[in-house]
Amino acid sequence: MGLAKRIIPCLDVDNGRVVKGVNFVGIRDAGDPVEIARRYNEQGADEITFLDITASHEGRDTTVHTVEQIAEQVFIPLTVGGGIRSVEDIRTMLNAGADKVSINTAAIHNPELVQQASERFGAQCIVVAIDAKRVADVDGAPRWEIFTHGGRKPTGIDAVAWAVKMADLGAGEILLTSMDRDGTRNGFELGVTRAITDAVDIPVIASGGVGNLDHLVAGILEGGADAVLAASIFHFGEYTVPEAKAYMAARGIEVRT
Amino acid sequence: MSETVAVIDYGMGNLHSVASALQHVGAGRVLVTHDADQIRAADRVVFPGVGAIRDCMAEIRRLRCDELLQLALIEQRKPVLAICVGMQALLSRSEENGGVDCLDIVPGTVRHFGQPLVDAGGQRLKVPHMGWNEVRQVGQHPLWQGIPDASRFYFVHSYYVTAADRSLLAGAVDYGVSADAALARNNLFAVQFHPEKSHTAGLQLLRNFLAWSPPC
Repeated sequence: MGLAKRIIPCLDVDNGRVVKGVNFVGIRDAGDPVEIARRYNEQGADEITFLDITASHEGRDTTVHTVEQIAEQVFIPLTVGGGIRSVEDIRTMLNAGADKVSINTAAIHNPELVQQASERFGAQCIVVAIDAKRVADVDGAPRWEIFTHGGRKPTGIDAVAWAVKMADLGAGEILLTSMDRDGTRNGFELGVTRAITDAVDIPVIASGGVGNLDHLVAGILEGGADAVLAASIFHFGEYTVPEAKAYMAARGIEVRT
Repeated sequence: MSETVAVIDYGMGNLHSVASALQHVGAGRVLVTHDADQIRAADRVVFPGVGAIRDCMAEIRRLRCDELLQLALIEQRKPVLAICVGMQALLSRSEENGGVDCLDIVPGTVRHFGQPLVDAGGQRLKVPHMGWNEVRQVGQHPLWQGIPDASRFYFVHSYYVTAADRSLLAGAVDYGVSADAALARNNLFAVQFHPEKSHTAGLQLLRNFLAWSPPC
């Protein structure tokens, strides 16, 4: 027995409310991230990711307050991402109670931020989020590029090479989202997941496209991911975290029960 | 229940979680502080830590937290719980940052997991060692009370501890190597994992720490 593969429910939060809507079996949509985080904690989630999609500057204060409240009541690791642009932003989130901070677009504009943050706060709390999309094959081999703006804007950066660079600069973990699959419920893009998990020595979280429990299993067994992130399958009460773990365990995946 | 727990704050990382977890399991008063008087007066001391060891050691020494820790451990003989980099700082020396001398309170070394790291079955292991792993309890200790052997705790570290005196080992974790997950000596208990992030098992360990009266 060894390290368990992790299941990470993700909350998309706008101005202090979970926006994708959450409907646990028998419980009405709360929309309150603190309530929802607490419930996932009780269900045995291994971590929680909090993705802040608040656009306004004023709304950021709400986010900090929400993170503080979650950290007071949830005793599993909490990752906060969305809108992190500076060492100061990272400090603010860590002080509010986040255990890890996820950097996405800012790493593209300023890769040194990853290095500075890792040296200052330790690699263990610096997650680099990569939004990848499949582009034209090169010499018959598949290729994925990094896209920003919710998958609309190409950057020309090769996703696998970028993951390696981020690990070299001191990222402690990669959060890999397939923009081709996000929201489709067709399962993870296993090609890019496998390419990146093979290329880096740091843990990789697979994200984007989970529609059923077989997708979680494939992310681990075929994609080689160390953790799987999902939102809607848990939010809408289709599956609970314990059901997901039991399903994975039955297929030989080590999970924390 | 009017006891005071001092969480030593040497400015490295977020101690909010440690404090709120202690509060959650019924600590009377939790002070996150590097104030000498407060630490001296506290009934129990928690020595946490995150980040890189060189910066941690520099701040520990600058704020004289090393002296306060020695005082609590040796003269006052108060219960002390060291967590993660707090544990690593107790050893003699760490390989991190090109080699850093630590407090030498517990003789031994802190080494990098190394690459390539593989498990017993030859599978490649990622570093940092990040996530929930099983802790094999070694011997009986009041801090393990009510926690089943091989319970999973949350780890996140790239360097691991090996105490020179193997009789201090209270818990071990396998990750390519066998690493010291917990060390115990008199009124000191040190853990590599994060009890404050380890849900039920971790909260039980903190509860046990608050109830612990080590023999004088």
